[in-house]
Amino acid sequence: MTSLLDVRGLKIEATTYPPGEAPRDITIVEDISFRLEQGRVLGLIGESGAGKSTIGLAALAYGRGGVRITAGEVRLDGEDILGLKRPGIRQVRGARVCYVAQSAAAAFNPAHRLGDQIIEAALRHGLMDEAAARERAAYLFGVLSLPDPATFGERYPHQVSGGQLQRAMTAMALLPAPELIVFDEPTTALDVTTQIDVLAAIKRAIEETRTAAIYVTHDLAVVAQVADDIMVLRAGKMVEYGPVRKIIEAPDAEYTRELVSVRSLVQEEAADQSDRLLAIEGVDAAYGETRVLSDVSVHLPRGQTLAVVGESGSGKSTLARVITGLLPPKDGTVRLAGETLPPKLSGRSREQLRTIQMIYQMADTAMNPRHTVGQIIGRPLSFYFNMHGARKRQRVQELLEQIELGEGFIDRYPAELSGGQKQRVAIARALAAEPTVILCDEPTSALDPLVADGILKLLLRLQKETSVSYLFITHDIATVRAIADSVAVLYQGRVVRFGPKSEVLSPPFDDYTDLLLKSVPELRVGWLEEVLQERRMTSAGH
Amino acid sequence: MRLRSIPPSAWIGIAGIVLALVCAVFAPWIAPYGEREIVGDIWQPVGGDFLLGTDNLGRDLLSRLIFGARTTIFVAMSATLLSFSLGMILSFTAAVVRGWTDQALSRLNDLLMSVPTLIFALVVLAVLPQEMWILILVMAVLDSTRVFRLGRAVAVDIAVMDFVEAARLRGEGTVWIIFREILPNALSPLLAEFGMRFAFAVLFLSTLSFLGLGIQPPAADWGGMVKDNKDGIIFGIPAALIPGGAIAALAICVNLVVDWLLNRTSSLKGGRG
Amino acid sequence: MAKDQREASTLDASGGTALLEDAGSGTPQDLPPVSPVRASGGRFGAVAGFHSNHPLAALILQRIALSVGLLFAVSLLIFLGVEALPGDFAQTYLGQSATPQAVANIRADLGLDRPAPTRYVEWLGGVLQGDFGNSWASGQSVTSQIAGRLGNTLFLAFFAAVISVPLAVGLGMLAVLYRDKAPDRLINIFSLAAVSLPEFFVGYLLILFFGVQLGWVSYPSTVFSGMPFADRLQAVALPVATLVLVVLAHMMRMTRAAILNVMSSAYIETAELKGLNAFRIIARHAAPNVLAPIITVVALNLAYLVVGVVVVEVVFVYPGMGQYMVDAVTVRDMPVVQACGLIFATVYIVLNMIADILGILANPRLRHPR
Repeated sequence: MTSLLDVRGLKIEATTYPPGEAPRDITIVEDISFRLEQGRVLGLIGESGAGKSTIGLAALAYGRGGVRITAGEVRLDGEDILGLKRPGIRQVRGARVCYVAQSAAAAFNPAHRLGDQIIEAALRHGLMDEAAARERAAYLFGVLSLPDPATFGERYPHQVSGGQLQRAMTAMALLPAPELIVFDEPTTALDVTTQIDVLAAIKRAIEETRTAAIYVTHDLAVVAQVADDIMVLRAGKMVEYGPVRKIIEAPDAEYTRELVSVRSLVQEEAADQSDRLLAIEGVDAAYGETRVLSDVSVHLPRGQTLAVVGESGSGKSTLARVITGLLPPKDGTVRLAGETLPPKLSGRSREQLRTIQMIYQMADTAMNPRHTVGQIIGRPLSFYFNMHGARKRQRVQELLEQIELGEGFIDRYPAELSGGQKQRVAIARALAAEPTVILCDEPTSALDPLVADGILKLLLRLQKETSVSYLFITHDIATVRAIADSVAVLYQGRVVRFGPKSEVLSPPFDDYTDLLLKSVPELRVGWLEEVLQERRMTSAGH
Repeated sequence: MRLRSIPPSAWIGIAGIVLALVCAVFAPWIAPYGEREIVGDIWQPVGGDFLLGTDNLGRDLLSRLIFGARTTIFVAMSATLLSFSLGMILSFTAAVVRGWTDQALSRLNDLLMSVPTLIFALVVLAVLPQEMWILILVMAVLDSTRVFRLGRAVAVDIAVMDFVEAARLRGEGTVWIIFREILPNALSPLLAEFGMRFAFAVLFLSTLSFLGLGIQPPAADWGGMVKDNKDGIIFGIPAALIPGGAIAALAICVNLVVDWLLNRTSSLKGGRG
Repeated sequence: MAKDQREASTLDASGGTALLEDAGSGTPQDLPPVSPVRASGGRFGAVAGFHSNHPLAALILQRIALSVGLLFAVSLLIFLGVEALPGDFAQTYLGQSATPQAVANIRADLGLDRPAPTRYVEWLGGVLQGDFGNSWASGQSVTSQIAGRLGNTLFLAFFAAVISVPLAVGLGMLAVLYRDKAPDRLINIFSLAAVSLPEFFVGYLLILFFGVQLGWVSYPSTVFSGMPFADRLQAVALPVATLVLVVLAHMMRMTRAAILNVMSSAYIETAELKGLNAFRIIARHAAPNVLAPIITVVALNLAYLVVGVVVVEVVFVYPGMGQYMVDAVTVRDMPVVQACGLIFATVYIVLNMIADILGILANPRLRHPR
């Protein structure tokens, strides 16, 4: 019997154009084989650069940005679509295989109404007439829990929210009733509380339409909710392939085991949290007329970590800007070791600046690409401590060893480092100033899970060695569990919950914290169903 | 960067620029006759006693072309250097300091740019005495508005990066931020821009001279030579086309190099893969 | 002249990627760099209400108001530029040997002895009524001298535009269609060369070849009132060809950049993954989004074109505004210089304004507010 999709020995290459060098071919994906039956969902999982999106697009015989499929077969119902000419490929795309992009905001044409774009493929392929297509669109909008299903399609892309756009994109893929849909990280750009709704909508829609799907993501917990089978990829090669339960409960490969256990780090919280090294008292802040923070009061003891949790727009990064003096607050004070800090950056002394250092989310942009690692870490040394020459170099070397980067890194440029190494250098730069507080603005959220884990462990070790305090901004509950002593939950610019981690993360909850905690995907099969079930019961109870 | 990676088009450009520079620097030694020396009849044809013929007063065209390179390149280069320094310093200051300094400079720049450069130059040159340094100054000030615009855009792009914020948080001063954090990252786009501004200055100067408002005779410069010899065209004498061709050739050479530089910068920015 | 055009191509078509990204709109834009009109609710309730009810109309009104303000600022600049700069006109006018008495007389005749603000107000008041004063050189009314010449200049610019716009847009599309293949490279090389050619070089080359050697057209390109239309067309053939050649390259490069920018966006990939054919992708998904940047490109280049006629008119001895202005500059006939300067600047500012307004109109986000 032939499978719906049968991929054999897939090899995908691309040509890179390194500046100042001759172009060369690189292999992105090699020797990938899998089968997919009707109504089944395959999860493709891996770190960035693992080639998972590239494989997903190969199911549409498409190579993005000059990528070429150079070997193997992609059989759809027994027919090798890689061998088709362009008209043949066009008959497959948008009719038999559809695609849901990561960023629906960019993938919808801003010039046309959503409804027209959603029914376009079905009409152009002659699968149904316009009335039927519009009716089906309205039906799908309902299935995907979009507001006003009958009129939703009349809106333009910029008139609806990100989560709604992502669901509209799913509706667009479902509309022609394709045999296969490729989901390319459809929830990655969304907040957790939005992600769970979209995820539930996608899962329901897949079940109702009995379509097969390839679900590409880097988040094992997410894919565990929707997939039947999982393929783990690393650097373009298959690591492990099997049923979802097998992969997350009894993985064979070492790499998979690491992935599964990666988010299990838990930090024992400090018993005494009465110290007030950094105290933020009644802070109001605004950008122009837009108020971002209202009456925020939290404090951070010496040698401990305060996690500030919130979704995009909650004001958590603004809090960091207030503490650093980049955004003077409208009201309230920031006190460090009992001393009130001047609200404006320009009003602070060099010594005050030295005591608060910052680590950024994107290590790429946080370091000047034209400075070497030695210059980057060395600058605070000469700036704050007037250290020069051999003594400075000696100290830089010590710091590099502290962040587990050995000999030979000192003269490299940031571009020659990996993402994790860059973040380590950024940490060393902060440490060089010998601060009492380091503000960490999502330092791990742009990193792959294993690398992020390494950074968290490093931060914890450095805290033990130097008694530095961290104010750790994050949206990720697993990270909070891993690193925090105390937690502040921020929602629409207000602190809805603040206290020791054990108290904040255990009931009774306020509504928002409850929603937030319950929205975080857990790495077990059936989690999504349980949450949805519970929600239905709660709403029935009301 | 290896020499091999430079495409042939860029080599042609580099060769042309070097040739023009050699002519400019060593003009008195290379030129067969003097700049103002009348050596024969007027408008003698190409290839006779004189390699490129003679001009409307009977001066050797080749010699005037070589001396013209000197004037043209000197004035264009001075104007470009001046406009670049002015535009860069002001634009970087605007981008780093922000606030009302930025507002004032940007609005003033908008105003200056809302009048076409040539029209502006015509109005100003109608009033000012005809001196070379004034010409250079006018060209530089008008051109610096374009440098300001690009410089500010590039600097603002860089100034919003976290590493600049990190430097601010460290307590670094404006001078350090401009010269150590922003400038090294702005060099590649600005290098290409410098080439473009120079090509523009050559063409602009030539146009002004052609209109009789640039370099004043009897000094040789390419635009002025076109003006001197343009009356020959109606008799089928192509003498005016020779300096015109020289202007075009130099501009093409510079643009070829700029094109290559731009392609390199864009591939540095990430490009494909 | 076409110096400003060079700007356009240098900044946008080839160079200004950083600039475009900064602008955020992705549309090639050049001068004047109008600050993005912020949709700040006005200070007054009525204004704020108008803002939220008719955001599009409010934006356009803002843009028009900005242009009017700019025009006044430019008029001041042109007047002051003449005023504040060193050099005494009367002295220059009469030469160094003039007696102080003669200089004073001339100053009084020309009205230069009265305070500058008074003269500015008078001058501007006259300009607003279409009176640019009298020429110092001929003593005649500047307005009457300009009228016919402006018509000639617009005639020339109009035909250059009619030919160059479709040609440039077509070639730009061709370049995109055959991206990185032979036609694209050919077009690229041609435009790189054309951008580098001074217009007087192109002009004289054409005259030498078509006018002198082939004798197809007459030179100089004289036109006069009452001239038959066909003769007039023949007379402007070469000037138009020169202008087209120079403007074409810029417009083409910018069009190409604008289309490529749209073609590399994610929604085009979406369309491709819907299995649509190339024609449908271009007509339905690329065209509506590329229209605004192309309109902007065209309007900008037309603005340069109107200015660009200056050199071409001098080359072809064509009786238009450009030649008039250059002549006036050489004899320092200030009322004429000011009048021409102001008219050229006005056309330029207005065309730029139209470009911006069309850009606003073509933006779906502004047309269909939340």
